[in-house]
Amino acid sequence: MSDFYEDIDPAATVTDTKTYLDSDELVLNMGPQHPSTHGVLRVILKLDGEKVLGTECVIGYLHRGVEKIAENRTYVQFNPYVDRMDYVAAVSNGLGYCLAVEKLLNTEAPPRAQYIRVILTELNRIASHQLWLGTHALDIGAITPLFYTFRDREEILKIFEKYCGARLTTHAFRIGGTQYETYEGFERDCLDFCDFLLPKIDEYETLLSTNRIWVERTKGVGYISGKDAIALGVTGPVLRASGVRWDLRKAQPYSGYDKFDFEIPIGLNGDTYDRYIVRIQEMRQSVRIIRQAVEGLPTGPIMAKIPKVLKPPVGEVYHSIEAPKGELGYFIVSDGSTQPYRIRVRPPSFVNLQALDVMVRGSLVADVVAVIGTLDIVLGEVDR
Amino acid sequence: MADEIKPSSPPEGADPKPTAPTSPVAETKPPATGEPTPAAPAAPKPPVAAAAKPPAVPPKPAGPTPQPWEADLTRRLKQSYGSGIESLSYVGQNYLVVDHAIIHDVLHALVNDEAFDYCVDVTAVHYPKNEKPFEIIYILYSFPKNERIRVKTSIAEGEAVPTVSDLWTTADWLEREVFDMFGIVFSGHPNLKRILLPDEWKGYPLRKDYPILLQDKEWVQINLGIESGQ
Repeated sequence: MSDFYEDIDPAATVTDTKTYLDSDELVLNMGPQHPSTHGVLRVILKLDGEKVLGTECVIGYLHRGVEKIAENRTYVQFNPYVDRMDYVAAVSNGLGYCLAVEKLLNTEAPPRAQYIRVILTELNRIASHQLWLGTHALDIGAITPLFYTFRDREEILKIFEKYCGARLTTHAFRIGGTQYETYEGFERDCLDFCDFLLPKIDEYETLLSTNRIWVERTKGVGYISGKDAIALGVTGPVLRASGVRWDLRKAQPYSGYDKFDFEIPIGLNGDTYDRYIVRIQEMRQSVRIIRQAVEGLPTGPIMAKIPKVLKPPVGEVYHSIEAPKGELGYFIVSDGSTQPYRIRVRPPSFVNLQALDVMVRGSLVADVVAVIGTLDIVLGEVDR
Repeated sequence: MADEIKPSSPPEGADPKPTAPTSPVAETKPPATGEPTPAAPAAPKPPVAAAAKPPAVPPKPAGPTPQPWEADLTRRLKQSYGSGIESLSYVGQNYLVVDHAIIHDVLHALVNDEAFDYCVDVTAVHYPKNEKPFEIIYILYSFPKNERIRVKTSIAEGEAVPTVSDLWTTADWLEREVFDMFGIVFSGHPNLKRILLPDEWKGYPLRKDYPILLQDKEWVQINLGIESGQ
């Protein structure tokens, strides 16, 4: 660098090197309104040229005080609110909440309800991953996958709409089971969708997996080791792509997941490309689970016998599920009244976002966009 | 709630009437207890009786209570730290209640000796009537053992808790959120400032004495240029 400079103007080098030679730290603001932040995330970047020296996330723009609202609603009233946290995976949020309250009530949903829950949750996992893939690819510069994934995601939303009338904030589950019996042809729709989706996933892979631009932009970018990921509390596909084979559906099965045969895909390199592969594989595994659940769908009631007015006994429980983005936990404290004394939501996006700094340090500015995308955060859940 | 959809399964339909409320959950209409006078005439019409009854609250069956929890882990910890630790279990979930003075040592032992390598969550609960109104809860998980545990400690108003961000990096943001929402200070934290609310915000929203509609009006007026946020 200095040689280059001396060539141009040798006279100035002797006295004041700082002015010309040391590039000063540049602080760059990114967001809160930025297309690649998927919401309102502000990142303050400390740069040396194009190299990222450090980041600081400024969050809270979407803070609605969900935990405070919970303390002022009954257990049943709060149920629709959880859909508004991770709004692209509302079904998972609802499942986690219902399971936590059921644990507090010491009850369990009937088998048929559990199977319906599994089917819808896995459909939602696919929808969430599809939305992630489309937008992530768009951030990196590939426009086509967005149209492909949104086209196919629509089929899932149609099933949701037929089942419960809503497409995104579904409020599909109730404490104790599900409210709605499946509609006529639900099983057929789900199986048809599975048959429809598998070739489409191959199609996504044709577009990206060996695409030279995609590979260059993702391989080795945003590396995080398994050890760091555990220390940072990172969960979900991000953790699995770093070589940790851990999925709550297997580690601590809930809602009958132990009855299904599926695998946990992992990556080895802990980079953006591996996280992409892991999520693609997870969609295929979800298809496997849906098929098994539809074929084994038991008959029987869909609602456990729970009182009309919910008054869980005094106590506190923590229950967590494997949401599409990682471990989603609910810590609920009951004082024996109709309203929860405290509900704490352990959001996967919030905790995963903390890893951003570790993952982008030393890389280029353009990679920050890729890494935010690969973390798969939803700001509604980060800020709650 | 469980309306309309009656899955026609005969054993289920016949079941609920004769059985006594054996479940720990409070049954809203136990058949025999309560005042006999209003219940007797209403008996042929159960839905009306159910609607009329709630004021006459029957004694609730006691829910599950925390049971003592004994394991190798608790024995080892109690041996090292003595009386400051209580180990309990509630609906199958184990937790430790630890004295505030030794909380960091116990957590240190849990992460280093007992392999609780993943700090799932750090959160707090406010009990304004207690002598020590703030309860801090650490939810931990061990990848090698596939085991979950909660560690709780209580502190008085104005007391600080030692940070655990030196044990698990993830505690950094989690503790900041607790500070933001409850005003609990974590001593030794590298960057203890608000995370979700604006830095200049006054008040700690998740405290019980903070009403749901309260806002920092001054902040709203200065920063948003509007009279009120509501």
